[in-house]
Amino acid sequence: MSIIVSGLGHTYHPGTPLETHALRDISFKFPAGTWFSVVGHTGSGKSTLAQHLNGILLPMEGEIFIDGLEVKEKSPSLRDIRRKVGLVFQYPEQQLFAETVSDELAFAPRNWGVPEQDIPGRVAAAAAQVGLDEGCLGRSPFHLSGGEKRKAAIASVLSSLPDYLVLDEPTAGLDSFSRKELTRLLSGLRKEGMGILLVTHDLDIALQMSDRILVLDGGRRTVCDTPAAVLDHLRSHPVPGLQLPEIAALSAALRERGKDVPLTWDWKEIKSALFGSQK
Amino acid sequence: MPRKTVCELRDVTFVYPGGAAGGSGCASPALRNVTLSIYEGEWVALLGSNGSGKSTLAKHLNALLVPSQGDCLVYGLSTRDEKNVFPIRSTVAMVFQNPENQIVGTVVEEDAAFGPENQGVPPDEIVQRVEVALAVAGLLEKRKKPTYTLSGGEKQRLAVAGALAMDTPCLVLDEPTAMLDPAGRAELLRVLRNLHASGKTIVSITHRLEEILSCDRAIILHRGEIAWEGTVSALFLSDLPFKEWGLDIPPLVSFWRDLRAEGRSVPPVPTVAAMADALCQ
Repeated sequence: MSIIVSGLGHTYHPGTPLETHALRDISFKFPAGTWFSVVGHTGSGKSTLAQHLNGILLPMEGEIFIDGLEVKEKSPSLRDIRRKVGLVFQYPEQQLFAETVSDELAFAPRNWGVPEQDIPGRVAAAAAQVGLDEGCLGRSPFHLSGGEKRKAAIASVLSSLPDYLVLDEPTAGLDSFSRKELTRLLSGLRKEGMGILLVTHDLDIALQMSDRILVLDGGRRTVCDTPAAVLDHLRSHPVPGLQLPEIAALSAALRERGKDVPLTWDWKEIKSALFGSQK
Repeated sequence: MPRKTVCELRDVTFVYPGGAAGGSGCASPALRNVTLSIYEGEWVALLGSNGSGKSTLAKHLNALLVPSQGDCLVYGLSTRDEKNVFPIRSTVAMVFQNPENQIVGTVVEEDAAFGPENQGVPPDEIVQRVEVALAVAGLLEKRKKPTYTLSGGEKQRLAVAGALAMDTPCLVLDEPTAMLDPAGRAELLRVLRNLHASGKTIVSITHRLEEILSCDRAIILHRGEIAWEGTVSALFLSDLPFKEWGLDIPPLVSFWRDLRAEGRSVPPVPTVAAMADALCQ
């Protein structure tokens, strides 16, 4: 079970002066139950890629298979694909619309034809998964705080029981506490077997959490590998607009000056390499 | 020489109509007895978690909100007085969190011209101001492009350019970097550093401690109250309950503090280059 993308290309406004090649020849494999991150600078094609994974955009070139189902125009599987792959947009709280949080969470499963008696269970489970207080369920989603709105929006996708969760910059605009909480939540979902595809420009989170990272630059694949290998690659082949996390940059600077420290995003590793592990 | 005060909050308490400030659902004030002054030419960082009241405070600085109790003065003019609103908004320009909600023009340069047009600036001068503002924001090449073709980061920089074109002495930015990638963030911070060097008064709101290294002063809000106020270096040296306030110490600053606590030599400010120098000595 996996998402397989091969030779994917996408062009916006083809044949007009606004023609933009958003993606060119992108290939990767994202196995179920793993954490896969897509990083790149603003305009690198990350969001365009995310929108292909549940068929909001359909491939203009290349192929995408979700657990063997092809994402393509008029595919009878599109409905299944959209159930399997939950997509959380950037600023998902802007899509909240229902009168209560509970209705918001029930909307998708009702659309999938889940029997009405199962809906409350789905809603409660999804709310619990994201850590939304039960007291929130009866309230208007517009009266929630920023962090809670984000959680409600994610829960409204989880209530469809997707196998893969694709999130486009889910931590944008959240404070560090909410950001950590969200990262913890996603890592919990991954442990339960859900595939997490995180689109982010936060290389720090990607390095810490991912099994594999795909780096995009101007719509092309730069590297797709494990976090350590990606860090090594980015140090020798910098991608414009994508900065190494400060600690990684520090470790790289120290190595260039002949210090025997690992290339790392964890300062404790630098410290123990330089001074031995006290404490 | 006494510094000139740009904005002053005197014992300001603010309750949102209907009481529900943010998600708390209760009628607690979004700001509680806040007293502070912003001085000419300084760059103040306003820090706090989501829901701490920092956006509410920012909206007081150009009369988008007026205090429920207490007073807010901009160059001595009370924001409460209707006739002061226009001069106040020609003094303090705002850049909001979400650039999508701020773009009004269909073409980049038209959007940047919106503010000065409303101020009644003569057309020739608008053209000049827009050119300078777009150059500062790094958007000069895109001046003829439709705004919808901009990326999120570019839209944010356009929002900053729009505020710059108003040529106000004071600029208030509410989480201007939230949607930018690290390079876009660095670029915007460079723009702000230049503006600060040229004498503009800047209030920038953030919850990223790593973004405040160039600021003169930091004010931390927690649950609508000022929890701490002081210089940025004092902030990094202090033993404050950052976690409780929803602020994260950046890894590099943690490393710096850790080395310092062990008595090792550290640079005065924790930047990558300075740390590398210190560790290679």
